[in-house]
Amino acid sequence: MFNKYYLNHLQELESEAIYVIREVAAQFDRPAILFSGGKDSIVVTHLARKAFWPARIPMPLIHIDTGHNFSETIEFRDELVSALGIQLIVGSVQQAIDKGRAVEEQGINASRNELQIVSLLDTIEEHKIDAAMGGARRDEEKARAKERFFSHRDEFGQWDPKNQRPELWNIFNGRKRMGEHFRVFPISNWTEMDVWNYILEENLAIPSLYFAHHREAIYRDGTWLPNSEFLVLREGEKIETKYMRFRTLGDITITGGIESDADTLEKIVVEVSATRSTERGMRSDDKRSDTSMEDRKKQGYF
Amino acid sequence: MELLRFTTAGSVDDGKSTLIGRLLYDSKSIFEDQMEAVKQSSERKGLQHVDLSLLTDGLRSEREQGITIDVAYRYFATPKRKFIIADTPGHIQYTRNMVTGASTSNLALVLIDARHGVIEQTCRHSFIASLLKIPHIIVCVNKMDLVDYSEQVFNKVVEQYHEFASKLDIKDIRYIPISALDGDNVVNHSENMTWYKGASLLNTLETIHIGSDENHLDARFPVQTVIRPHADEYHDYRGYAGRVAGGIFRPGDNITILPSGLTSKIKSIDTFDGPVLEAFPPMSVSICLEDDIDVSRGDMIVKNNNQPEVGQDIDVLMCWMSAKGPRPGAKYYLKSTTREVMAIIKEVIYKIDINTMQRLDQDTDIKMNDMARVRMRTTRPLIFDEYRRNRITGSLILVDEATNETVAAGTIHA
Ligand SMILES: Nc1nc2c(ncn2[C@@H]2O[C@H](COP(=O)(O)OP(=O)(O)O)[C@@H](O)[C@H]2O)c(=O)[nH]1
Ligand SMILES: [Mg+2]
Repeated sequence: MFNKYYLNHLQELESEAIYVIREVAAQFDRPAILFSGGKDSIVVTHLARKAFWPARIPMPLIHIDTGHNFSETIEFRDELVSALGIQLIVGSVQQAIDKGRAVEEQGINASRNELQIVSLLDTIEEHKIDAAMGGARRDEEKARAKERFFSHRDEFGQWDPKNQRPELWNIFNGRKRMGEHFRVFPISNWTEMDVWNYILEENLAIPSLYFAHHREAIYRDGTWLPNSEFLVLREGEKIETKYMRFRTLGDITITGGIESDADTLEKIVVEVSATRSTERGMRSDDKRSDTSMEDRKKQGYF
Repeated sequence: MELLRFTTAGSVDDGKSTLIGRLLYDSKSIFEDQMEAVKQSSERKGLQHVDLSLLTDGLRSEREQGITIDVAYRYFATPKRKFIIADTPGHIQYTRNMVTGASTSNLALVLIDARHGVIEQTCRHSFIASLLKIPHIIVCVNKMDLVDYSEQVFNKVVEQYHEFASKLDIKDIRYIPISALDGDNVVNHSENMTWYKGASLLNTLETIHIGSDENHLDARFPVQTVIRPHADEYHDYRGYAGRVAGGIFRPGDNITILPSGLTSKIKSIDTFDGPVLEAFPPMSVSICLEDDIDVSRGDMIVKNNNQPEVGQDIDVLMCWMSAKGPRPGAKYYLKSTTREVMAIIKEVIYKIDINTMQRLDQDTDIKMNDMARVRMRTTRPLIFDEYRRNRITGSLILVDEATNETVAAGTIHA
């Protein structure tokens, strides 16, 4: 380079995210980090640590527990929270169902993915959270490509994509009325590849599920769906043991894995850079229709 | 690897979506399942070819209408650079979206249909790029396949554009003849246009020098928040957290806090990864001072010998973004860097016709998508530089007190 005063792209993305996270702490009274246990929310949490160091992260983590979790995710979450010394708020989908706030989907493709919306909004309301930070990225999905860093939600927690506030330079408008809240996406500009390269560079701990391991699974809709107590076999499906890993983590009922022997971060980075399909393609929730993500986001999804 | 942010706008059907689709496709940034989805959608719509624009037009209403109505961000990377594209609609009613996309870009791609030459939208987009001080423009003369790859046609468009652009304030303009549909000169050199000796579009994007786009002269550090750990180990720690907006800061620098005017010296510049000896844009760091003085969010740390303006009367070029025009005498929250003050528009000096770049002295009635030169008065001092010196400390937004909407964006001129 011609001068030494420049950042490489990961440093620039990191700096941008830290800036956004600090804006959240400064502009809101009760912010929180939405923590799914997946790599993106792990990266956001790590960036928050950097943003406020040497102080602790000045906000709680929120986890929406569908009850259909990978046990590895929950263990990972609990260890992280205790290492950070911050509060964990759990919003339970099971409780929402028990209270009659949400109704379980029926049928073979049933999942609790949509029900998370109810629990999430209830949790945000109960704890009076005014900004919920998440690890969503614009490269994930076409509706997300239009998302702002500071995304306004009305009093029903809904997103109005056609009426978004313009966002210019790096000036973020977090003004809102009582009862409204914001979703904030500090790693909006990161790609899946950036996230993996960053995890590698920072040597971040991630759940073991991301590394190749032996697991029982069935082949459905182009991915290896893990065996679990919730799995209902269709005709012709049989459980096999595979050496596999997950590219993205969601509920155990909807997250498919891939056959892989990537058992180190280095191998994962190599594998991801050679893959020819998106990580979202592994998730049946996004395959429901062309605009299923947009529709869920409007209702209040992550 | 560096990051290059660029914006694209062009009139409907110039081939913008096709070009972006091609850049993504040829740089292998489109995954098979995305491509499969686009193929299926194209077939459903009864199209003969795969419509790459479906990759970028994401919202339901856009897909239904077949147009781009919002800013969409797209990402691709080559071994040399990572790119962020702010893809914006070119229609006049989307001026505000163009302004939004331009605000964070270092480069603008301007598309021109070779058959039509420079038209109104070309001028509008270029003018916005120059108002927002985008340092680099690449003019892509597209659809060269429809004009027999003619060098004469290309030269004529270049000449036309050059004449128009002489009225603009843009440092670096380049011209490339392309066919977005077939990929000529997009990634590879075109066999159909051997007369063109310049670099392909992707090659230009990969190599254009952007290292000196940041301001490294005027040290500016808007304070976002104060870090005070409640741990014994860091009992007296007070770090001023922020992102460097200009210049270079080093421990030992004599600094002034604005607007208070208090002075001190930098003790250390900290990050999670350890202290640093130099902080420059766009680094996020925490600055610790030798003295225990009052500093809070919205203040700016600058060097003693190079200070920005501090004042309550500002001259602003603004783009109105809200469906309702400004209410007479209305107060707005004015946000600039991390500072927020109340402000009123005292006077509309003139509006600008963004198609002709003419001043409209008689017309001072501001409506959505209008650009206007206004005088503003703030309740408390603002700390700023002229926008052409610094795009961060020289920019602002206005937020409506009643609706909380962002109603305008502005660049500061004096
Ligand atoms: N012949 C030819 N057609 C093109 C070229 N680029 C785009 N088109 C066509 O022009 C039309 C409009 O393209 P599109 O990318 O949607 O334009 P946009 O409105 O600027 O996004 C489509 O039918 C494209 O296939 C080109 O280089 N040559
Ligand atoms: Mg288009």
